[in-house]
Amino acid sequence: MKNELWEIYLRLKAEGLDPALEKKILSEIDTNPSAGATALESLTPPALTGFYDWADLQVLQPLAMAQSHTSQVRTIDDLLAKDRQREKDGFPRKVRVGRMIKPGRGGKDKVVVVPTSTEEKLMHDSSFQDQEEESAGGGSGEGEEGEVIGEEPVRQSEKGSGAGPGQGEGDQHELESSAYDLGRILTEQFELPNLKDKGKKRSLTRYTYDLTDRHRGFGQVLDKKATLRKIVETNIHLGNLPDVNDIDTLGFLISPKDMVYRILSREKDFESQAMVFFVRDYSGSMVGKTTELIVAQHVLIYSWLLYQYANQVQTRFVLHDTTAKEVPDFYTYYNSKVAGGTQVSSAYKLVNEIVEKENLAQDYNIYVFHGTDGDDWDAEGRESIPQLKLMMRYANRVGITIAQHSAGSSTEVEKYIKKSGLLEQAPELIRMDVLTDDADESRLIEGIRKLISQDKR
Amino acid sequence: MELINQHTKKIMEGCKERARAAGLRFENESLEYVVTNRDLLELSPKIMIPTLYDYWVHDVEVLKGKGKYELYPSNPYETVINTRPAISYYNDNNPDWLNVMIFYHVIGHIDFFQNNLYFRHTWDYDFTGEALSDKRVIAKLRSEHGHWVDYVIEFARGIDNLVGYFPELHRLFPVTTAQLPARLDYYFDVFLQSVRKVKTSEYIKEIERYNQCLAEYAHLCDDMFFAEVDRRHPEFKALFVKYKEHKSAPPVDLIQYILENSPFLNKEENKWMKIIIEVIRKTSLFFQPQIRTKIMNEGWASYWHETLFLQDDRIEGHEVDFARVNAGVTAMPRVGLNPYALGMRMFYAIEENANKGRITWDFQRLKDARQREKYDGTLGRGREYIFHVRENHSDFTFINQFINQDFVTQHDLFVAGRRLNEAKMVWEYYVKSRNSDDYRQMLLDGLYHPPRIGIDHEKGKRDNALYLIHHFEHKPLIKDFIANTLMGVEYLWGGPVELETHEPLPKLTRSDRPKSAAAKGDEPPIQWQRVVYTMKERKLSRRIAA
Repeated sequence: MKNELWEIYLRLKAEGLDPALEKKILSEIDTNPSAGATALESLTPPALTGFYDWADLQVLQPLAMAQSHTSQVRTIDDLLAKDRQREKDGFPRKVRVGRMIKPGRGGKDKVVVVPTSTEEKLMHDSSFQDQEEESAGGGSGEGEEGEVIGEEPVRQSEKGSGAGPGQGEGDQHELESSAYDLGRILTEQFELPNLKDKGKKRSLTRYTYDLTDRHRGFGQVLDKKATLRKIVETNIHLGNLPDVNDIDTLGFLISPKDMVYRILSREKDFESQAMVFFVRDYSGSMVGKTTELIVAQHVLIYSWLLYQYANQVQTRFVLHDTTAKEVPDFYTYYNSKVAGGTQVSSAYKLVNEIVEKENLAQDYNIYVFHGTDGDDWDAEGRESIPQLKLMMRYANRVGITIAQHSAGSSTEVEKYIKKSGLLEQAPELIRMDVLTDDADESRLIEGIRKLISQDKR
Repeated sequence: MELINQHTKKIMEGCKERARAAGLRFENESLEYVVTNRDLLELSPKIMIPTLYDYWVHDVEVLKGKGKYELYPSNPYETVINTRPAISYYNDNNPDWLNVMIFYHVIGHIDFFQNNLYFRHTWDYDFTGEALSDKRVIAKLRSEHGHWVDYVIEFARGIDNLVGYFPELHRLFPVTTAQLPARLDYYFDVFLQSVRKVKTSEYIKEIERYNQCLAEYAHLCDDMFFAEVDRRHPEFKALFVKYKEHKSAPPVDLIQYILENSPFLNKEENKWMKIIIEVIRKTSLFFQPQIRTKIMNEGWASYWHETLFLQDDRIEGHEVDFARVNAGVTAMPRVGLNPYALGMRMFYAIEENANKGRITWDFQRLKDARQREKYDGTLGRGREYIFHVRENHSDFTFINQFINQDFVTQHDLFVAGRRLNEAKMVWEYYVKSRNSDDYRQMLLDGLYHPPRIGIDHEKGKRDNALYLIHHFEHKPLIKDFIANTLMGVEYLWGGPVELETHEPLPKLTRSDRPKSAAAKGDEPPIQWQRVVYTMKERKLSRRIAA
């Protein structure tokens, strides 16, 4: 892999490279893949139960602790209003919206979003020492000194917190209800933009009620045309209509059965289909916070789609460094390590290829969400921009999120996209959002709003 | 929330009788409530005190992470609260036998609350009642001052872990060694040692002189002795007067100091804030002993629910049910710490040792392991002794005194270590040490320990600042929390605030470099540097102290 990167580097160098970019590229080539992996996970060891994690109610009585406070929160708006008031009064904001739980395999992609806060006090930091090897607490039972008595995988799929007994049962329920809360919070604000009628497919979950069923004899609304037709038909049979050109309606007999009414019926709805591509840069430079942000934002978008468009929206996941690949599920997408160099064009190209090969543009509304830290070895966007333009021919919206490493200087991707003028030419089709890497969840939600908003700027 | 029914109450009263017969002492009245999950949602943010003041953060999920207990001196899920009468909470469909077990556990807690001396300051009033009136006061203030009430609560809570709990105890239990004339104490303990800094030989000479004087002149000795002192050190008298003045001022914690000296709070229009701050301080003080006796309290309650349940004649036929629940509560985890299990085993061990006369000098002196094992002084005063322990100890002294190698060996205890196995990407747990000193140290390191923050009265004076000193204990403060906490202090103080603390110097090696096994052993010791944070006009700055 390193050799490939090196080749690309040499090729780029031959074409002429900006020294600052060259440095970046070299550092990315240097990035050790395994070090990248540790950075993503940041290797926080699982918390062990200590003395203070035990409490009578949980231990002694089977009182399932409903840990979620969401049922109590008046509304999220109240809290956010409170927070805005804080800002007005000159104090930093305190409410954070959102707390992520990793998606798991097997359709268990659950997200907990609740308003959270921290009460800051002066207290000792016990984590300042090296975490690699530490005493983990007490233990009892057999084993010689130095003997390994158990292992625990570093990548836990779920539940970092929630130590202590007696909480097991409540968890599943809590996750679901929180996912619901998240959906509610987000759907009130979001809708997929520019949704067009494409490849309408019968919805399995949604129904509309309409007065479409006919019923003879009684019902809610008289269907006059159908009734008239029925009366004529009856009277033809009765022989009351000898001459079609001279109809004497006064001689008609009307049977009660001739009255045709409309009654309420349940109709299966037809909805437009959408295909959403999540594209993420997982190159070496994405180590740490930027990846977290991008992934967190995509988790939000993904769970919102899950909630609101249940079966109507299909999702595809693409990761890229210098080459792009499609991954099967969100779990893999979420958890893949960072390594390697960056060529944004590779991802756009792959998306274009998939769309073309599977002829998706005809049947689907296509959305592409791309997250990156803005580094690109292709500093001018010579390859990316044409691919992006190609993409915009079929896509309903392309949303690019750039999580900058530090505020201030704009990144390559930001520069070349701005330079290309696409943002101004087609604000309907492409949006870009630039975050700094200290953004919080409410900022991320703000970002989503920006990426999918309908209004013209 | 409603009271338990008469049938269940009768079971409780039966438990109380049996507990009294076994020697537990507690007040007659107690209240038992049935709670639903909905009640718990309301109660748990209020630390199970139904009448605690309202505060918006109670409505938000407070981020729980590492060191959550460092923030809150009490666990929000206690079954019983330390009020008069004591209130306890129950699930409404517990079977009778389970209630018997829980009742004994609760009675164990009540007995502990009402007899352990660390709770002395909570004995003379009912906390729920006071909390209710405080809640009303705060509600009234909120109607007058709006959301500013919440800021005051927030900022006061920001420093409520620094309350002077031990000074409070000190006030309640004045040290009784002050029988000797203060002048004498001052002369020998302070004046000679700290002011004059005399050599040891001279110091001993002075003691001899005093003893001789005492022998010759008996009660006249004092005057005679100090006449000589005054002649030799003319400055002594003045220094002693000054010392007495200084000494008579009771030690104050940060909140008290701010209340008394803050120019901002003492303005007429801001005086209402002081009421709120007092409430926060009182609430914090109330909970302090609870977290400092967690292991003892749970151990004591577990000891008694086990002991009394097995003797109870009303629960025949439910021994197996009990065994299952009890094992769930009091089994030692393979890795991790369980206060119920550890505390209970310690009480059993202490009782046995006291029965066999092992808590004596004779036994302590024995070095031979076999003799130690066989030693039996048959004193038979174990019960009496554990009652003494429950009255006089806190978690720190309890662990410090009673964790020994015999105990660690008997229960197969060890300090567990954890390390990363990079090849397999797993955390490995291993037996790190079976030495009782290591085990004890591990326990002690895990105990609740808020930072000690003192006030330097001189340093801040120049620009009306409050100068705080964090006493160095080889632990840094959590950096992320400093800004907002100090901002709160600045608000309450009404002027700039400085905080002096120590921080480890960043390590020279790059953290993303894969560490080889060999390099781990010889990591250099942590270098510390003294830094001063300054919060001025809501801006935090940091400088390295000279």
